[in-house]
Amino acid sequence: MKTDTIAAIATGMSDSGISIIRISGDAAIEVVDKIFYANKGKKKLQDVPSHTVHYGHIIDPSTENNLSIVDEVMVSVFRNPKSYTTEDTVEINCHGGSLMTNHILELVLKAGARLAQPGEFTKRAFLNGRIDLSKAEAVIDIIHSKNEYALKNSVRQLKGSVSEAVRRLRDEILYEIAFIESALDDPEHISLDGYTQKLYDKNEDILNRIKSLIDSVDNGRLVKDGIHTVIVGKPNAGKSSLLNLLAGEERAIVTEIAGTTRDILEENINMQGISLNVIDTAGIRETEDVVERIGVEKARKYAQDADLIIYVADSSVPLDENDKSIMRIIGDKKCIALLNKTDLEQVVTEKILFDSLRDHALNEIRIIKTSTKENVGINEFEKAVKDLFFKGEIGTGDQVCITNLRHKEALMDAYESLIQVKNSLINEMPEDFYSIDLMSAYASLGTIIGEEVGEDLVNEIFSKFCMGK
Amino acid sequence: MNSFTEKVDVCIVGAGHAGCEAALACARLGLKTVIFTVSVDSIALMPCNPNIGGSSKGHLVREIDALGGEMGKNIDKTFIQSKMLNISKGPAVHSLRAQADKADYTRAMRTVLENQKHLTIKQAEVCEILVEETSRGKKVTGLKTFTGAVYECQAVVLCTGTYLNARCLCGEAITYTGPNGLQAATHLTNCLRNLGIEIARFKTGTPARMDGRSIDYSKMEEQFGDEKVVPFSYSTDPESIQKEQVSCWLTYTNEKTHEIIRNNLDRSPIYAGIIEGTGPRYCPSIEDKVVKFAEKERHQVFLEPEGIHTNEMYVGGMSSSLPEDVQLAMYRTVPGLENCKIVRNAYAIEYDCINARQLNPSLEFKNIKGLFSGGQLNGSSGYEEAAAQGLVAGVNAAMMIKGKEPLILDRSESYIGVLIDDLVTKDNREPYRMMTSRAEYRLLLRQDNADLRLREKGYQVGLISEEQFQALRFKKVQIAQEIERLKNTSLGASKKVQEFLEAHGSSGLRTAASLAELICRPEISYELLAELDLERQPLPKDVIEQVEIEIKYEGYIIRQLRQVEQYKKMERKAIPENLDYDQVPSLRLEARQKLKMFRPVSVGQASRISGVSPADVSVLLVYLEHIKNH
Repeated sequence: MKTDTIAAIATGMSDSGISIIRISGDAAIEVVDKIFYANKGKKKLQDVPSHTVHYGHIIDPSTENNLSIVDEVMVSVFRNPKSYTTEDTVEINCHGGSLMTNHILELVLKAGARLAQPGEFTKRAFLNGRIDLSKAEAVIDIIHSKNEYALKNSVRQLKGSVSEAVRRLRDEILYEIAFIESALDDPEHISLDGYTQKLYDKNEDILNRIKSLIDSVDNGRLVKDGIHTVIVGKPNAGKSSLLNLLAGEERAIVTEIAGTTRDILEENINMQGISLNVIDTAGIRETEDVVERIGVEKARKYAQDADLIIYVADSSVPLDENDKSIMRIIGDKKCIALLNKTDLEQVVTEKILFDSLRDHALNEIRIIKTSTKENVGINEFEKAVKDLFFKGEIGTGDQVCITNLRHKEALMDAYESLIQVKNSLINEMPEDFYSIDLMSAYASLGTIIGEEVGEDLVNEIFSKFCMGK
Repeated sequence: MNSFTEKVDVCIVGAGHAGCEAALACARLGLKTVIFTVSVDSIALMPCNPNIGGSSKGHLVREIDALGGEMGKNIDKTFIQSKMLNISKGPAVHSLRAQADKADYTRAMRTVLENQKHLTIKQAEVCEILVEETSRGKKVTGLKTFTGAVYECQAVVLCTGTYLNARCLCGEAITYTGPNGLQAATHLTNCLRNLGIEIARFKTGTPARMDGRSIDYSKMEEQFGDEKVVPFSYSTDPESIQKEQVSCWLTYTNEKTHEIIRNNLDRSPIYAGIIEGTGPRYCPSIEDKVVKFAEKERHQVFLEPEGIHTNEMYVGGMSSSLPEDVQLAMYRTVPGLENCKIVRNAYAIEYDCINARQLNPSLEFKNIKGLFSGGQLNGSSGYEEAAAQGLVAGVNAAMMIKGKEPLILDRSESYIGVLIDDLVTKDNREPYRMMTSRAEYRLLLRQDNADLRLREKGYQVGLISEEQFQALRFKKVQIAQEIERLKNTSLGASKKVQEFLEAHGSSGLRTAASLAELICRPEISYELLAELDLERQPLPKDVIEQVEIEIKYEGYIIRQLRQVEQYKKMERKAIPENLDYDQVPSLRLEARQKLKMFRPVSVGQASRISGVSPADVSVLLVYLEHIKNH
């Protein structure tokens, strides 16, 4: 069976040193060859044996002479059937950082792959008989939960004007399709005379508007998927332990010595399908240590930009000035307070913390008792985040731009379809030809806001145009 | 009680457009067939509009013909005006429509039925479908008529149209009759309910018929037929049907008309809430048009002859269920109808139909083996939609009896496939009408290539003869060879070529070009190119038509073929009939419920059910793969 070729970033979205982009499918090798430049262009991955690693550069083939170097990479080639998916697979090891990684992924997509769906590599591995049922059942859950939330997530993410802009574009396109279709279905009642010029102008207008949405991605406002979440608290309150617990691995160094976390640690965490971009800050306290002070300043700044603040309070020692200044930083931000270290003797009760928060922070704040050491209260905490998210109380920033590669891909598809419409108009093709491409554009835009085509067209025809005998 | 019993193979209930196709298909496939009708005089009756075809419906008629059905041949015998619609638009939406002489149409179809070997016509109301419980569920064993006669058979095809518990409304006047005052069928619904079949109620309507002598045509625009008539049927010789045609007439409603309607809305059964059934949006009554499109100052009205031997004129565009006095007042505001006399009043009709999701794509009930259903009973509307389903239901009744694979057409090969898939997969809340916009792959589903798409299927089921099939194969070869030749024959930039191009407003050649490349230009046609194409052999017109379309629109056609490939992948993934959706892990509740209700036959069909998300489809795919491997 022929399969299309899919690509995705295989490593997490953190700013780690190395990221891996995986490409799988019949054209995987061919696709990467278009953007991989090695040994002065003489080496082609098509010719190399399976299970070999190659040094070279990723280039942007759309630039002049194809020689704009994007990154220095190692590329591994696995030929069918000896790969994870059993298909031809290529893995690009590139320099980390979400901007760079996404740029290379975009080049891969432009070269002919499409963006993989959540769990799709594993799904293919299963469908091709590569992994067994126990693994596959886990995959089913992944496919499901990810799609479920990712869709809501990304819809949610598109706050205000972008989703509004996309919706408006769709409505306008649908109106034109419905007009053409009603005229085709009822030619004696509805005439298309003089319509093409009108459509040409409309199409140009829509093309321009989609273009500017696409540009909003390219402006580098790219891609920190997820809710900006900042963990704050005074030193040694248990912030890093919390992060480790959520991330499921040791990322932050945890010791008994206050102030161990001096740098800002960032981790992308998927919590019950919700993507959190968690920043673990150095503990906030008045300090003389220069290095640590810089960290504290950064923490304040991050807290100001956050969508959600997680305030970790240490219940084993009394609240102090540091706690109060943290509460003032919280201000009117959405916040969840964790009364941590319940495994130790309680100095700060829930009531004390509640009263103090009421005096210093501006909103009512949910308090959850936790012990990061003994993993107590974490489930309740996760549920609280989920509730806030789906009640729409937290989202990902109010600035509007396209922050998601999937969205961009959909916009590009819509753009391509409307270019086809334009060509058909210029070539004086009959109306029924361009209505097909208008429909594709409509469908592509729909994937951004999570709406399918369904009966939209038929409903629009009947509601806007008077048909019939 | 009557103890008369007869043993046959198939019973068809109803002799409308669906019933006639179903009966002919079964009889032609050699099965002993009986067709039941409440009135032999109403065989293939056209109780509403006097035409066959039109946008997308013309496609259906062509497809019926390609498969070996009768509708196309019958309208070719009895049309009185014919027109190819949308001729200025792309070839995919060209659509043939013919005005019929209604009486002739009925008579001609009756003659075909009466002379069909293995087929018996029986005037009787069918009251009961007889079934037996077997270890594998219910199975049809026969049927019983109102007089008590029992017909034992292996399959029953229900084509009851608008007759089940029908009631007609003309303002406050209500009669419990089928269309045109014919007897309604009042017993069968209960029997169907008892068999566990879910029943819905739909409505539709028809405008008044006028006495032609009372109409002033001088105030209307005359509408002519085409000069050169194209037949519907691939078996009809075009030369044999060129004849004098009658005209239709166009006029318009006006503000005065709309005022009368608005002032009397309280007397309309729909607006007064007396009608319970759901009506079609595409075929709105004039009341609906005036209310929903209040900003429109006028609506078109077409006066269409009902036949050659009658004065009656059909008033297209003004169907209504308003009371008689309001009807007359409203019609008389229309220019040319100032003194009109109404022969038959407009009326709305309500009737029982089934929810078609209870059917397989073969049109057999999922839970009752041997029981098939076609036509308006399935919630469609229109003569052509009915005939198409009747043909498929009839063929599949025969296939079941013969133990052969059912005839299932998919969305990428025919409008019939789109029609049936929509009916059995979607939640239809109003009578379903075919529209070109419903066909995703319509560039491939043209009325000009229905034979290329479907003849072979007709041949496989046995309705197309060996001779017809060989002719089709020959045509395919001719098309392929000619396209090949045009692609491989180049012209240089000679003086003759450049002069030719200039003369036809086309830019000159810089390098050599193939004949096919020149045909791709909008201003150049195959015919024009004859001047430069010296090796050309004479070819039949229909072959040239295909060659030209395939070359001119090649880019678009290739794109659609690619989409079809994607679509077919999912369509080929069959879902086992007895799949227990409760055993599929991770399906969302809504999807689980919908899948249990619809029981789709393929993953493709499942994906089109509203409420089943792409994630659910992935889950289903993984699960199916798993049970296949274990």
